[in-house]
Amino acid sequence: MAKALYIDYQKCTGCRLCELVCAVSHDGISNPARSRIRVMKWEAEGLYIPMSCQQCQDAPCMNVCPVKAISRDEQLGRVSVDYDVCIGCRSCVGVCPFGAMSFNAIDKQVFKCDLCDGDPQCVRFCEEKAVDFIETDEVATHKRRNAAERVSAAGKEAAALESQI
Amino acid sequence: MPLNRKIAYIDLTTGDIQTKPIPLEVRKKFLGGRGLDAYLLYNHTKKGCDPLGPENALMISGGILAATCASATARTHVMAKSPLTGLLGSANMGGFFAPELAWAGFHHLVITGKAEHPVYIYIHNGEIQIRDARDIWGKMVPDAQWAIREDLGDEEVKSLVCGPAGENLVRYANVMTGIKNSGGRTGMGCVMGSKNLKAVAARGTMDIKIARPDEALEYNKRFIDQIISAKVNQTQGALGTPFIWGATNSWGGIRCRNFQYNQCEYADDIEPERIDEICTDTMGPYHMTGCYGCQVHCRAQYKIPEGPYAGKYDEGPEYTSQGAFGGETDTPRALTVLVGNHLVDQYGMDNLETGSLISWAMELYELGIITSKQTDGLDLRFGNDEAVIEMIKRICYRKGWLGDTLADGGIPASKKIGKKSFDYLIQVKGMSNLHSDERATPGLALNIATASRGSDHLRSRPAIDLYHLPQDVLRKIYGSPVPYDGPLSSEHTEYIGKPWQVFWHENCYMGVDCLGICKYHTTFLGATLPNFEDWSKVLYYNTGLEMTPEEIWQVARRGNMVERLFNLREGLTREDLEKGDMLNHRYFEEPCRRGAIDVVGRVIDKEKFIKMIDELYEHKGLDQDGMPKPETLKSLGLDKEPSHLL
Repeated sequence: MAKALYIDYQKCTGCRLCELVCAVSHDGISNPARSRIRVMKWEAEGLYIPMSCQQCQDAPCMNVCPVKAISRDEQLGRVSVDYDVCIGCRSCVGVCPFGAMSFNAIDKQVFKCDLCDGDPQCVRFCEEKAVDFIETDEVATHKRRNAAERVSAAGKEAAALESQI
Repeated sequence: MPLNRKIAYIDLTTGDIQTKPIPLEVRKKFLGGRGLDAYLLYNHTKKGCDPLGPENALMISGGILAATCASATARTHVMAKSPLTGLLGSANMGGFFAPELAWAGFHHLVITGKAEHPVYIYIHNGEIQIRDARDIWGKMVPDAQWAIREDLGDEEVKSLVCGPAGENLVRYANVMTGIKNSGGRTGMGCVMGSKNLKAVAARGTMDIKIARPDEALEYNKRFIDQIISAKVNQTQGALGTPFIWGATNSWGGIRCRNFQYNQCEYADDIEPERIDEICTDTMGPYHMTGCYGCQVHCRAQYKIPEGPYAGKYDEGPEYTSQGAFGGETDTPRALTVLVGNHLVDQYGMDNLETGSLISWAMELYELGIITSKQTDGLDLRFGNDEAVIEMIKRICYRKGWLGDTLADGGIPASKKIGKKSFDYLIQVKGMSNLHSDERATPGLALNIATASRGSDHLRSRPAIDLYHLPQDVLRKIYGSPVPYDGPLSSEHTEYIGKPWQVFWHENCYMGVDCLGICKYHTTFLGATLPNFEDWSKVLYYNTGLEMTPEEIWQVARRGNMVERLFNLREGLTREDLEKGDMLNHRYFEEPCRRGAIDVVGRVIDKEKFIKMIDELYEHKGLDQDGMPKPETLKSLGLDKEPSHLL
């Protein structure tokens, strides 16, 4: 089973190191405009949400591509672009519901997360594990456990309140 | 390449804008950041210039490693002649501005003149515009930044701004970016206000090519592992800087009631764990935030839980706000510290200077030197929480006689108040000390007395002196990158070897400030953290510039010497109480009343202290009057200043 990026925005401290290492490891260049992962920020509320490609099953970018340059790689669990076929029409950029397909205006090329061929650098550098790389079918288990913990904590709090009354 | 980032000269009077490359010869002498800013200040201001006049030059910069793959290269540096001290003005902050400036094509800005009406400077991919800021003038620090984003229609813009305190020419107004990243000391926001400059906004998507990306990445990973493995950074990452409050207060290193006590009693309410408990809305294990590319994430996030400011979001409070609005004023209540911190973040005002001056005024009020007529009826006794909050507001808006008086800074205020008030003012070179009490720690006392920007802990403090490190560890740290075989002591109450430690840290901190790295990533609070040896490598991997650790040490010495030259030109003398390397008499005369058994009863021994200064001057290559020896200047290549290379 392929692994997927699992983003837990509650753990994100907003430092954007993921953007830096993404751009440097792919292009040897520091420039967030080249990063495949981007941290969206609402500084006034202290809210930071890393956004990256979801590697969709029924990927709109893949479906819209007029020259079939985009395909799914089941082994790595990713959607990838074949640059020998790509004509740079940017249709994929237009349809991606997550804004995960970008266009590099310097190199004149679309680009997206390629999961670093199975060793995502954003995950490797994020000490907080706000970005993690886990088995696709484990993502829900993770979330379920976290949610259950919250339910349990809320239950205890309610019980404590009741005993006070 | 980081080395192709440019310098821009912006004249706000004429609107003239010039950009230039930074020659390699200058890079090798000063690297960038604070060191190069000091050189620019010395070269672009004239002796005796008015700090609030158009002739004062305001430098804004990122370090040479800004936005590169070295760790935590987020620091922005700001420099000008200080309106608070009349000497060197210099402040450094984290956040996201310096990297954005670098992506926009620049490392250094030199801003002179005065705009006709409020303006802001917008820098975007090599282009610089001066834009109207009349609608933004008067806005609080965060609101001003959001207004600029709206004006430019770009949510990614990062701005450096001054708040209402800067506009009202409070002499210790901050330059700020984000919610609370503050270039807090020496009144750089006041210089912005005096130039009618509300903000400098940057947005960039220009490539910074990393010289050796693979090595740079792997080194960064090792750097992070090393930094994260330090206990001090783990604790800091969970609680923020307030983690040192409890320990420092218990041994007796916190000023309380201005300078009457060296410990604040009943202070558990302002411990970070307690703040965590009451700010349930946002605090918690993950509610920490960090600066660009940094894995320490030392800033806590909070919402004020109750009272008139309930629900307001802010970051911090740092250790300094605990001291400024809890310790010194003897108001150790969480809500007072949270609200005080929030107000100075909104106004853009130095928390350290504000808290210190309020506590000084409180002591004067209790002594009858300030009357209730002068406070407009405000009961300014110690422990009065409302009075602290009210004074913060009055200072920012120069309201009432005392608010207006304190807004001018300690020394001018002491002249206006008269009656021995100066004797009670805890300052060096016109800048108030932070809330720490150095009577039991001669090394730290030497640091605040001789720091280039006045009483300050971030320029040369041998903070690890408090850890009682064994001799072999001390030898390893302080014997590199240049040999030292003189005495060193593990005892923080000793005088032996401290001048070398202060000299070493002065160069270490200048080093990080030139590179643009945060002090939490070097030998400041953690004894095992990287310094010169590692910098030589990260500099090479990221910029391609080959410099040995000894050469970086020389760059740091050079930067410190230029700062010294500037201060000497503007009137620094060795023993002057207003403009010298000297402490207030209370350090020598009033013994510590509280704290650990080896702290109670301590004063600084003046004779030994003066000998420490002699020794420090010797290490720095100064004569006994504190003037640089001709051979020192020659060896640092500073014998022909100002040399106008840029």
